[in-house]
Amino acid sequence: MTDNNGTISAKEFLERLESYRKGSISRRHFLGVTGLGLATSVLAGAMPGLASRARAAGNIGDRVVIATWPNYHDPADFEAFKAATGCAVDMNVFGSNEEMLAKLQAGGTGWDVVVATNYTITTYAGEKIIEEIDLSRLPNYDKSATDPRFAGPGIIDGKTYAIPRNVGTTGFCLNTADFTGTRPTSWKEFWDLTKGELSGRSIVHDYQLTAIGNALKYFGYSFNSVDPKELEDAEKLLIEAKPHLFAITSDYQPPMRSGDATMSMCWTGDATQLHRDMPEIVYILGKEGGEIWSDFFTIPASAPHKDAAYALIDFLLEPNLAAKEAQFHGYATGDSRVDALLPAEMRESEILYPAAELLNALEFGAAVTMTNPQRAEILARFKSA
Amino acid sequence: MRPSLRTTLFLAPATAWLIAMLVLPLVVVVVFSFGERGAAGGYVPAFTFDNYFNLGARWAAFRNTLTLAPLGTVLCLLIAYPLAYFLAQKADPRWRTALLILVIVPFWTSILIRSYAWIQILGGNGLPRLIGELGFDRPRFINTPFAVMVGIVYGYLPLMVFPIYVALEKLDRRLLEASSDLGSPPWRTFLQVTLPLSLAGVATGSMLVFILLMGEFLIPQLLGGGKVFFVGNALVDLFLQSRNWPFGAAMAATLVLVMLVTVSLYLRSLRRLSGGRDDVALM
Repeated sequence: MTDNNGTISAKEFLERLESYRKGSISRRHFLGVTGLGLATSVLAGAMPGLASRARAAGNIGDRVVIATWPNYHDPADFEAFKAATGCAVDMNVFGSNEEMLAKLQAGGTGWDVVVATNYTITTYAGEKIIEEIDLSRLPNYDKSATDPRFAGPGIIDGKTYAIPRNVGTTGFCLNTADFTGTRPTSWKEFWDLTKGELSGRSIVHDYQLTAIGNALKYFGYSFNSVDPKELEDAEKLLIEAKPHLFAITSDYQPPMRSGDATMSMCWTGDATQLHRDMPEIVYILGKEGGEIWSDFFTIPASAPHKDAAYALIDFLLEPNLAAKEAQFHGYATGDSRVDALLPAEMRESEILYPAAELLNALEFGAAVTMTNPQRAEILARFKSA
Repeated sequence: MRPSLRTTLFLAPATAWLIAMLVLPLVVVVVFSFGERGAAGGYVPAFTFDNYFNLGARWAAFRNTLTLAPLGTVLCLLIAYPLAYFLAQKADPRWRTALLILVIVPFWTSILIRSYAWIQILGGNGLPRLIGELGFDRPRFINTPFAVMVGIVYGYLPLMVFPIYVALEKLDRRLLEASSDLGSPPWRTFLQVTLPLSLAGVATGSMLVFILLMGEFLIPQLLGGGKVFFVGNALVDLFLQSRNWPFGAAMAATLVLVMLVTVSLYLRSLRRLSGGRDDVALM
């Protein structure tokens, strides 16, 4: 499926991708596994005639590599970028920020753009993995249109290291056709149902921040706790729940769609996509709280094609295109210019824009969780238990 | 040119390759295994045995690997031997090549794609549904050790069939006739002639399957849903999620050691079984 030699056309690639999806061979799972991020060269090759136009538009090279999340971009927009600039977009897809960091630390990624979550930015900047953004090269970025709550984590000591991309929450999704009991409203119920009535039908993320964070919420602790005693409680809960889980995976769309699983930890965009296709799947934010997050475009210091990186980010920030992307991936953007262009059903969606009292309880992931050795080790022990 | 010099020259590329690709990386692994995890992950030089003392925290991964890898090898052997025997001894020679090609055909598709096929077959809408519609309780296959074992046997079977087939195919039929002429019933001929003479193939096939299985991570990941965990999965986690390279290195070094011990025990017992013949121990 990976093809970097340019012999596969973009169209053919998309068709193949579509057929994998229909067979429920999920891209995320596929990529997560081979993966570990190696993943997909999206729109390689083809359309040689367009390359000449790129030179006219100022040469940014013929390739840009983006490390990002699954179900997060409309491949057609990358195709449009190539048509406009002659620069093909290679997409590497990941399941967690920790995986991206591991690759970045090992070096030689060749990535030009990394889509990173709020809590990673200080670590990336501190380790000089990413560099300051030259805002003059992003005419489509309008800071004043962006909710400062979401843009804030990208700015360190007044310097902008990251440009907001999407914002969302982490809750859980539930198939109400397969579970007819009282609809749960809390993380406490999520874990109790997992260990009880929904034993064998529940999914937990393969991701330290949310798997541990939402276990901490069971006890009413902070989502970001690094207190050894509180983490011990969370680990105990995770290990107790493990025999009752259907799977530990960040690729929960296929089993939710097939009915193998009834309940799963879930991100906004996946909830939108699932709910769109299967209205019986609902999205629930735990009333104790949980995670609210924003993702960012960043440029690694080691990026080999910086001109192309700026061009791609600017291209994706253009409000009309960003609104089209948002309808594809089902996340909110935090950019008021984009919000204004969204159809009413999205603007009124409670999945994208939850009620204020639910939002207020949520926490942004904290930088310390990414590097905390105990959290890393707990997730690994949970998986190997 | 002196013969010894010539030999040295011919072996130089392979030697250089082994040193660069096997010996040096192994040295790095061992050195790293005594280090400490950096603040944000990675490796910081140190000299500590803590990583080795901590291995108990991954006992489940070792236990799964050390039970499922040998079990998978044995199941492959039990299925492959009759098949190879049929192909080598019973099949019509006109069809033999075609049948052998059928054994390889699955290799033309990536193991990843084939595992995805198994996800569909073993998932709720596959076999369990069929069984449910026949009036039985719907069983649960996917994300269980059973699913992982199905994937393993399916994926590794050809690797076992071929060496056994080769050993059985070159078996001198006159020995079988002699055995029969001397009054042995077929089962005794099999046990005393055929089986011992095919042990080299059994040894090679088992080694191939077992060694690869000990490092397996893809099949447990796909068909085990993160619940059936091998040492390989633990290593992937340590290097690609927790970024604890020293602990990962200690675990990798231990796996190599465990593998060396198991394999040499296996070869030793096999050699005893075959009456001390050397070819059995040769791969």
